[in-house]
Amino acid sequence: MNQGDVVARVAANPKFPQFVSARNGYSNIMAALMVAVYFGYILLIAFNKPFLATKLTAGGTLSIGIPLGLGVLLFTIVLTWIYVRRANTEFDAARNEIVKDASR
Amino acid sequence: MSPGRRGALGLTACLPAGGAWAAAADVGVLGSQMNWTAIVMFGIFVGITLWVTKWAARRTRSAADFYVAGGGISGFQNGLAIAGDFMSAASFLGISGLVFASGFDGLIFSIGWLVGWPVLTFLMAERLRNLGKFTFADVAGYRFDPGPIGTFAAAGALVVVAFYLIAQMVGAGQLIRLLFGLDYVVAELLVGGMMMTYVIFGGMTATTWVQIIKAVMLLAGATFMAGAVLWQYGFDVEKLAARAVEVHAQGDRILAPGTLISDPVSAVSVGLALMFGTAGLPHILMRFFTVPNASEARKSVAWATTWIGYFYILTFIIGFGAITYLIPNPADYFVNGEIAEGLKGGSNMPAVHLAGAVGGDIFLGFISAVAFATILAVVAGLTLSGASAVSHDLYATVWCKGNIDQATELRVSKITTGILGIFAVAVGIVFETQNVAFMVMLAFAVACSANFPVLFMAVLWKDCTTRGAVAGGSVGLALSVALTVLSPAVWEASFGNPAGSAPFPYASPALFSMTAAFFVIWLVSVLDRSEQAARERAAFPAQLIRSETGIGAARASRR
Repeated sequence: MNQGDVVARVAANPKFPQFVSARNGYSNIMAALMVAVYFGYILLIAFNKPFLATKLTAGGTLSIGIPLGLGVLLFTIVLTWIYVRRANTEFDAARNEIVKDASR
Repeated sequence: MSPGRRGALGLTACLPAGGAWAAAADVGVLGSQMNWTAIVMFGIFVGITLWVTKWAARRTRSAADFYVAGGGISGFQNGLAIAGDFMSAASFLGISGLVFASGFDGLIFSIGWLVGWPVLTFLMAERLRNLGKFTFADVAGYRFDPGPIGTFAAAGALVVVAFYLIAQMVGAGQLIRLLFGLDYVVAELLVGGMMMTYVIFGGMTATTWVQIIKAVMLLAGATFMAGAVLWQYGFDVEKLAARAVEVHAQGDRILAPGTLISDPVSAVSVGLALMFGTAGLPHILMRFFTVPNASEARKSVAWATTWIGYFYILTFIIGFGAITYLIPNPADYFVNGEIAEGLKGGSNMPAVHLAGAVGGDIFLGFISAVAFATILAVVAGLTLSGASAVSHDLYATVWCKGNIDQATELRVSKITTGILGIFAVAVGIVFETQNVAFMVMLAFAVACSANFPVLFMAVLWKDCTTRGAVAGGSVGLALSVALTVLSPAVWEASFGNPAGSAPFPYASPALFSMTAAFFVIWLVSVLDRSEQAARERAAFPAQLIRSETGIGAARASRR
C-alpha cells in the first residue's frame, strides 16, 4: 500500500475533519481553562492581596491563599491527566479507525 | 540580612535554575574542610552512571540512537527523565530558600514553573511527536524550506541552550564549592568532564538514565525531608504553619502574598514566558522524540507534570520545615550565630541545613550528592540538544541538505558535544563572578518569543510560510534579548546603573516580544505571494493529516 494513497483516503474521509475538530476543540478548551486559572490566580494576587491573606478559620493560622495555591498545582496535574486519559482512549480509538479505513 | 531580605527582591532576581546563587558567591565553604560523606555518596552516583553509560554506549550506534535513544523510551520513563531535565538544583534549593525567606511568595513562584506543562500537552505534544524526528527544527521545517528555517531554529535553540547552560555552570561551580569544598575551577572541570562522558559515549540513552536516576534520588530525598517535617507536627499542616509564624521575623505575613507580585504587567509577562516558554525549550522538546508514538508522548508529559508538581509541593513543606528547624537554633545554622547575619552558606541553603537537621551527616551528604547529580543531569540534556542543533539542523540539514550518512552525522554530533562541553567549562569560569540571575529568565523569554511562535504557527496555521516564520521568529528572538538587556535585571543589576533607570521597566519582555513575533509571522505570511509560499500552503493538508494521525511518523528503529 502506497502511503500517498493512505493520506489521500484520509483526506477524503468525512470522519477526519470531524475527528480533528472534536479533539482540537477539547484541547483548546482545556488550554483555555489552564490559562484562565493561572492568570486568574496571578491577577488575584496582584489586585487583592488582603483576600488571600484571610484566615481559613477564625483564630487559625492558615490563610486562604495556601490551599488556593496548592489547589492550582493539583488542578494542573489533574487537568493534564483528564486530557491524556480521554486522548489516549476515545480519541486514539477514533484515530485508529480512520487509519484502518484508509489502509483497507 | 534578615531572613525576610529576599522578599524585597524583584521577580527576576529570584527566578531559579542557577541564577539564584549569585548572592552566595562570596560566602566561602560551608565547613572548612572537604565534605567526605558527600564525596563518597557522589562517588557512588558517578560509579552507577558510568556503568549505565558503558551499557548505553553499546546501544548507541546510529544517529537515531544518539539523538533520541532509538525512540525506545516508554512514556513513564520519559516522564521521569523530563522531570529530571527540568528540576534543577536551583529550583530545589532556590524555591525552598525563597519559602524560607518569605513563605507564600515561594509558592506563587513554583506555580509558574508548572503551568507550562499542560499547555505543552494540550497543544503541542502529539503534533511534535508525529511530525518530528530528532529536533524541533524537523517539526517547524516539515513543509518549509529547510535552509532558512533550519538555520533559524538552530539559532533559537543555541541561544536558549547557551544562556541556560551558563546559568547552570556558574551555579554548579558555586554550589559544589560550597557543599564539597572543591575549588571552583575543579568543580567546573568535573561537571564538564562528566557531562561530556555521558553524552559522547552514551548519547540520549545514557542522558535519559542519568536524568531518571537523578529524578528518583531527588524525589526520594525531598519526600523524606518533607515527611520528616510533617511527622514532627503529626501531619497537621496548621500546627506547622503556626510554629513557623511564631518563629519567623515576618510572623503572620509569611502566609500572605508579599512583594513578589506588585506590578500586574510584569506578573502577566513573566507568566506568559513561563507558560509558553516551556513549549519552546529545545532540550525539553527533544525528549518527545524518544518515545515510540503520540500516546506515549502524552503520557510522558502527564507523568512529568505529576512529578514536577509533587516536587514543588514538597519544596513548599521543606521551606516551612526549615523555618521551624533552623530559626530556633541560630548558633548552628546562622553566621556567628546571628540571624541578622544570614544563613551559613547563603540564602539558598535552607534545604541543605534542614537535611542535616532531620537526617544527620549521612543524609546531608546524600542531599549534597543529589544536588551535584541534579546539575549533571540538567547540563547533559542541554548539551545534547545544543549538539543536535549544530550537527542535525545546521550540518546535516542546512549544510549537507540531508545528503549525509548516519556515521558521519554521528561523528559530527560527538565532536560538537566535545566543543560545547569545553565552551560550557570556559563560560562557567569566565562568568564566575558575574551576575547570571537573569539568564534563565532570558532563556525562557527567547523560547516563548522565538521558538514557540514559529512551532505553533508552522504546525497549526495553514497560511504560514517560510518567510513569515523566519521573519517573525527572528523579531521575537532579537526583541526578547534586547528588552532583557534594557530591563532592570541586566541594566541595573548587571551594568550597575541606578535603580529605576532601566529603559524597559518590566521583569520579562515576553508580553511584548511574543506578541510581536506572532504578529510579524502573520503579516509577512499574508504578504508573501511567492511561488514557494503557494507550494508551502498547498503542503498543509498532508502535514495536517500526519500531525493529527501519525501516519508516516518517524518510528523507533531498534535493531
